Formats: sequence, C-alpha cells, structure tokens
Amino acid sequence: MNAIEFILAGMLAAATPMLLAALGELVVERTGVLNLGLEGMMALGAALGFITTYTYGSHLLGFGAAALGGAVLSLVFALVVLGFVANQVAAGLAIGILGTGLSSLFGKSFESLTITGLPKLALPLLSDVPVIGPTLFVQDIVVWLTLLFAVGLWAVLNHTKLGLMIRAVGENPHAARAIGFRVLTIRCLAIAFGGAMAGIAGAYASTVYTPLWADGMIAGRGWIALALVVFGTWQTGRIAFGAVLFGALSLGELVTQAGGVNIPSQILACVPYVVTILMLAVISSNRRRMRQNTVASLGQPFQP
Amino acid sequence: MKISFIRRDRASRWAMILAPILAFVGAIATSIILFTALGKDPALALYSLVLEPFLSWYNFSEILLKMAPLLLIAQGLAIGFRANVFNIGAEGQLVMGAIAASALPVWYPLGDSALMLPAMLLMGALGGMAWAAIAALFRTRFNANEILVTLMLTLIAVQILNYLLLGPWKDPKGFNFPQSVRFPDAALLPTLLPGTRVNISLLFAFVVSALCYVFMRHRFSGYQLLVGGLAPRAASYAGFSQSRAVWISLCIGGLCAGLAGAAEVSGPLGQLQRSVTLGYGYSAIIVAYLGGLNPLGIVLSAFVMSAIYIGGDNAMVSADLPIAAVWVFQGLLLTFYLAGLTFIRHRLIFLPSTRKAAP
Repeated sequence: MNAIEFILAGMLAAATPMLLAALGELVVERTGVLNLGLEGMMALGAALGFITTYTYGSHLLGFGAAALGGAVLSLVFALVVLGFVANQVAAGLAIGILGTGLSSLFGKSFESLTITGLPKLALPLLSDVPVIGPTLFVQDIVVWLTLLFAVGLWAVLNHTKLGLMIRAVGENPHAARAIGFRVLTIRCLAIAFGGAMAGIAGAYASTVYTPLWADGMIAGRGWIALALVVFGTWQTGRIAFGAVLFGALSLGELVTQAGGVNIPSQILACVPYVVTILMLAVISSNRRRMRQNTVASLGQPFQP
Repeated sequence: MKISFIRRDRASRWAMILAPILAFVGAIATSIILFTALGKDPALALYSLVLEPFLSWYNFSEILLKMAPLLLIAQGLAIGFRANVFNIGAEGQLVMGAIAASALPVWYPLGDSALMLPAMLLMGALGGMAWAAIAALFRTRFNANEILVTLMLTLIAVQILNYLLLGPWKDPKGFNFPQSVRFPDAALLPTLLPGTRVNISLLFAFVVSALCYVFMRHRFSGYQLLVGGLAPRAASYAGFSQSRAVWISLCIGGLCAGLAGAAEVSGPLGQLQRSVTLGYGYSAIIVAYLGGLNPLGIVLSAFVMSAIYIGGDNAMVSADLPIAAVWVFQGLLLTFYLAGLTFIRHRLIFLPSTRKAAP
C-alpha cells in the first residue's frame, strides 16, 4: 500500500472523532452558546465508552454510555451558563478540566487495556472502483453514519423549521423570544446535544479508531474540533471538508515515518496544530466574511 | 411559582466573600460523593486532601513552594482576563520559559558565573513572552481567536520539550531518561526558608502581585485595559486601542508564565525534565478566577489551590486516589464558583406563578 492509498483509507476514520464533536459544537454555537469544554467532554466520552465496551462487550452500549456522560457533563455547563448566567469561556474551561479529570479518574484501572474495533464495511459498487474503491470506500459503520449525519444536519439547519428556530435564537435571542421561542430551552437542548455528540466522538476515538484506553488520548482533538467550527465559518459542509483535511494531515506522521523520511516524530506531531493556527489566520483575516457568518449572539449571556 | 434572577443595583460584598467559600464547600461535598462511588474511603481522602497539608511544617513549606508559580502565572493571566483577552496557553508559555532558561546551563554545564541565574530568569521571561506574542500577532494582525491559538501553541511547546529531552538536550549520562543534565549550583535559585525547598521565586510572585495591584488600581493603562474588557465599545469611542490591550495582556501573561517556568527548572527541578508541565498553567486560570481577578484575592486563591495540589499528592499515597482527583476537584471548584458569582450582581426572587392553575 503506497502513501496515497494509506491516506485515502485512513483519513475518513481519522476525521470522524473531530467531525462528530465539531457537528455537535456547530449546533451549540448556532444557538449562540460557546462551549469550550469539548476536549473534556470528549475525554469523558472516551473513558466511559471504553470502560462500558470493555466490560459488556458491546460497542453500542459503549457509545450510549459515552453519549449519556457527555450530555450530563454538558448539562452542568448549561446550568451554570444558562441558569446562573455565568461567563461562557470560564465555564467551558471549568467543564473541560472537570471532564479531563473525571476521564483519568474513571479510566485509571483500564490503562493500556485493548478491545477489538468495528469491522470495515465495503460500500457496494463504489468499492469496486480501482484505487479509491478498496481504500476510501471501505470504512466502519460509524464513519458512514457520521457522514450521513452531516448531510442530515445540513438539511435540518438550512431547510427545516427546527433549523430556523436554532438560527433565530443564535442571531437574535430577544427577537426569538418575542415571537414565542423558548430561548433557554432551545439553548439547553442544543448544549445537551453537543455534549452527547462530543461523548460519542470520544468513544469512537477510544473504542474504534484506536481501540484502547490511554490517559490523555484525545490529545487536542477537541480543540481542533472547536477550531474546525471557526474554519468552516459555521457551515456544515465546510466543517466536514475541514475535518477530512485534518484527518489526512494527522496521518502524515505515520506516512513519513513509514516512508523512511528522517524527521523527529515530535515535529510531525505538531503539524496539525501548526496548520490549525495558520488556517485560523487565513480564514479569520477576512473580517467581512467572518462578520457575515459569525453567530451574532455567540458567547453572550441571555436573560429574559 | 417562578424563580428568577434580578440585577442588583450594586454588587453585594457579602456574596463576593461567600461565593468562594460556598464553592469550596460545594466542591468538597461533590467530591465526597464521587470518591465514595469509586469505593475510596471519603473521610481518609478528605483528610489527606484538605487537612494534611497544614499538619506538618514540611507540607506547609511545600504549599509555599507550589504557590510561587501559581501566583505568578495567575496574576499575569488576570490582567488579560479582565480585559477579555483569554490567554489559556500559559502552560505552553511556562514550558517555553523553562526551555529558554535551560539553554544556558545545558550549554555551559560547568558555568559558575554569578550572571548565569539572572540571565536564565531573563531568558525564561522573554521566552514565555515571545511564545505569547505569537498569539498576540495572530490576533491583532489576522483576527485569529487567541483562545485557540494559545492552546495550539501549548500543544506545540510540549512537543518541542519532548523533542529536546529525547534528542539534543538529553543528558548523555542520564540512563536514557528524558531529562537534561543537572544544573550547576550557579544556575539554581537560592533557598528562601532554610531547611525547606522554598526558594526566592516566592518573593518574585509577591513582587509581581504588588506590581499588578498598582498597575490595575493606579495606572491609566490598567484602567484602559479594564474598560476595554468591560465595555469594548465605550473603550473604542474613548480611543483606547483594542490591539494594544491584546498585546499588553498576552505579553504580561507570557512573561509571568515564562518566569515561572524558569523558576521551576532552576528551583525544585534543578534540570529540564518533562514534569515541568504539571498543569500549573491551567490551574492558574482557575486561581485567577477564584481570586475574583483581583490581585489581592489571587494571593489567597493561589495559596488555597497550592494546598489542594499538596493534598492531592498526599491523597495519592494515603488514600490511593489518582492525581486526577485534584483536577476533578479544581474543575468542580471553578464550576461552583462561577455559579456562586452570579449572586454578586444578581439576587434571586420568587414570583408567584402568573398563570392560574386550571380549574
């Protein structure tokens, strides 16, 4: 397998944890709430997902436990920022630290244990295409569901009444309330949804992508997911594109090492972080486009 | 019946004092439940986490030792937080400060110049500042969010540290451990309290605290920063520059964190090693908020947070709790505090339900 085939085969799976978390955060931010605790919620999901899958042997249960854990943690965030009108940046950091701490507390006795991942499914017809068929179109079920989910989320946000409600609450919560939307309820549900998605994202990382538990295994992917929402200028399609790009980038380390290129692995490990900074600069420096796309009430507390 | 918050006419002093205390009680109560659920002895865990740090002179001196970096970093961060510039990458600035400071003793392991230590501290402070300045440049020049940039820079700094310790800076006689050579005496901070590990970096932290107090209360630029954070529109009408606030906040934050990193390697560690990144940069965020972003409050919260660290070390040994318990406790503490903070500017009112019950 050459380098290109290797990247084609792996980039979707590498992108999936970041994409799942970013799609959840997209919904949260579209309602005007910034939850910086993504990394912690993913870590908690990864720990709970691994522990449950390891104990009961069922990936489905693992994903369920992770989603529940992420949602519960995010509801603590919701209580603090919606109920107590607290600063969203500080509360998000608090939740992030709490989630990271809980993940290593719970995962302590499972350190370095492994489980089996999920089987790969070949898409009929498409997987018969030469080169990209046996690589790009042979993925596990969660990858396919995630891509399907991204399409569904795009449709919901842009073409349904629910999507309109979510966007209205984010653009102008006072106007949304005046026409009868329950701003705090919608924001609370969005936060819980974002937490569940982050939990699932973490579980995918720990039970399917690299089926083992190691403390600190999320390794900044939650923060990259946060950055993806900004790169994608709050648009579902662009976020998905960004996630796949970063998935491919994260495989670069393995490819260069396998290719015998002698670059220290620490420097290669930095590549996604450096690219995040550069992409952030490129996208954000277009101030007009940022203003057009940024959710108007993002990060601002709302009191009816 | 409906409960809702009403804005107070003036901030409540009572709530300001009660919020951190209640947060502490809340965090302890939640931890008890959690530790019990994990099958640990909650009484023993709490004893070692909260009381034991104060029961011996050695433990108490260790609190003062850990307090220095926390206090130093938190004071620097608070200036930025007050101006709504969120530098959450102090951990990376600390690491870069430690690396910059270590360059001298690594290159001159036999150095005995009296200038070695001052030069290391200066290089550490500048190293941390330069790392934070990258974020300031990206924010002011390219409008890139400083939260994400500082965090990414932290992840990069940790990789640079790993690279140096596994490669060029590894001690050739260090049995392959990822650590640098041991520093010569000329590169070590003098002890402050004889018989303990407390060094003069604690004094730096107090001097910086005093400077921050003066800066925020009595300097016009401190006032500009404060207005810029509280009312960005008003600040821009008054001609206060936002990009100046970003530069000042990030540079001071980076400088303090870098100095703290330099003091770690030339103090308790005595060499550059991985354990320079123990998460002080993240804890300092909590310290800054818990101290109400007030230079005096931060002194107190740094002491409390440092005691929690020592308590965590104790609990690891005596109550079989992993060090992550400290993170959980810190996260809970900040969560409860943020909730309690609301009562400073708001009060609860109970309204009778406006809708009549159905007949």
